Amino acid sequence: MNIDFIQKYAPLYVQAAKLTVVIGVIGTVLAAAVGLLCALAKYFKIPVARQIASVYIELSRNTPLIVQLFFLYFGLPKAGIRLSSEACGVIGLAFLGGSYMAESFLSGLKSVGKIQLESAESLGMKRGQLMRYIVVPQAAAVSVPSVCANVIFLLKETSVFSAVSLADLMYVAKDLIGMYYNTGEALLMLVAAYLIIILPISVLFSVLERRLKRARN
Amino acid sequence: MTEQEQNASAANPPEHIIDISGLVKSFGDNVVLDGIDMSVSRGEVVVLIGPSGCGKSTLLRCLNGLEPIQGGSISLHGEPVVYGSKSLYKIRQKIGMVFQSYDLFPHLTVLKNIMLSPIKVQKRSKEDTEKEAMELLERVGLADKAKSYPSELSGGQKQRVAICRSLIMNPEIMLLDEITAALDPEMVHEVLNVVLDLAKNGTTMMIVTHEMAFAEAVADRIIFLDGGSIIEQGVPSEFFKRPQTERAERFLKTFTYSK
Repeated sequence: MNIDFIQKYAPLYVQAAKLTVVIGVIGTVLAAAVGLLCALAKYFKIPVARQIASVYIELSRNTPLIVQLFFLYFGLPKAGIRLSSEACGVIGLAFLGGSYMAESFLSGLKSVGKIQLESAESLGMKRGQLMRYIVVPQAAAVSVPSVCANVIFLLKETSVFSAVSLADLMYVAKDLIGMYYNTGEALLMLVAAYLIIILPISVLFSVLERRLKRARN
Repeated sequence: MTEQEQNASAANPPEHIIDISGLVKSFGDNVVLDGIDMSVSRGEVVVLIGPSGCGKSTLLRCLNGLEPIQGGSISLHGEPVVYGSKSLYKIRQKIGMVFQSYDLFPHLTVLKNIMLSPIKVQKRSKEDTEKEAMELLERVGLADKAKSYPSELSGGQKQRVAICRSLIMNPEIMLLDEITAALDPEMVHEVLNVVLDLAKNGTTMMIVTHEMAFAEAVADRIIFLDGGSIIEQGVPSEFFKRPQTERAERFLKTFTYSK
């Protein structure tokens, strides 16, 4: 193990980690927004919008992220649309994650039974009140575990960004291995970097899930 | 009562809370209610009985606008109850409904379950609502469960809370749809006692039940439904001793056993 090598190149990883986190977080937040819109379109059976959502979800879930990125990075320029590596990363992640998020939110919304809705209606609640006080709190509690799983999944998926020349963690590691053949050190730092980013989030999520358990009873 | 008031009450027939005329309800080709005419007066307790699938529960659900109807009309105090209408939520505040399955909101405590609607729908003050909610819980013997979540309650306790949750809205009428059908026998009693207490205090109710002893005790009027129509109705003492129709007699026999 070459400690000097690790010390020398650790700052490169820190820089790459920042990029990974920024793009990962923006992409994940957008994915959640897209997912929520799709879930609502399907839940309320909004004409046209729900069909679009269904097509999008199938397209998104059944193609790999790297293919989606290639389409954005190499395909769109043929149509005259040129996106930066960063933009491709964010859009790609949002496109992939949106469908997973949609399914998570939708399963939460659908978990609130008909009898709950009828009870709320019988108490004179309007549609908006019923959603706000009865459906959303219960649906959120059901959705949280799978939304958390999606967030971690999406952050890990950022590792394919190097394919569109984004200088993320994976990119730095491959670069170092290519230049110096210090495979062990380079990969060790890569693993450590991902763990440092994702492990705290995992722990945070499991605490959150425990807290929300009550609402799911 | 002054003489004047006595005269007034003698002159006026009892005030109708619910009026149903020619109600037809079908699911596809299956006609579940075939021309129901009836009304419920203030303070009256009407119990609907009849074989499974005779349309009793469907009738209650129609009254609350939970089901679209195919014919006839329903009105509460002269206001039409129309499925899907914009003003339905206003009428529903005057109709309390308790379902067979435990339908408390699982994410809220017992107290919050009861307080949610008065505060959010009727915009009543939190202090008054909480006071009234506690009084209601006291009345059904569950004041110590105010801070519990529904998952910590037994079925019988949940139903008593559900009754409180409807009562706090000060409904004109309570609709109880087989509220003890999913309960263990020893819990049936505690729930039905609460309903008997309501009846004693003059709450107008329409009740669907399979508990014949309870029906006899609580009802001012029994309505026997079969095949989507009212076959027979009368005061419980008459109905249970001397049913007028062969169908009612046959139905009542299914509740007695002899070797």
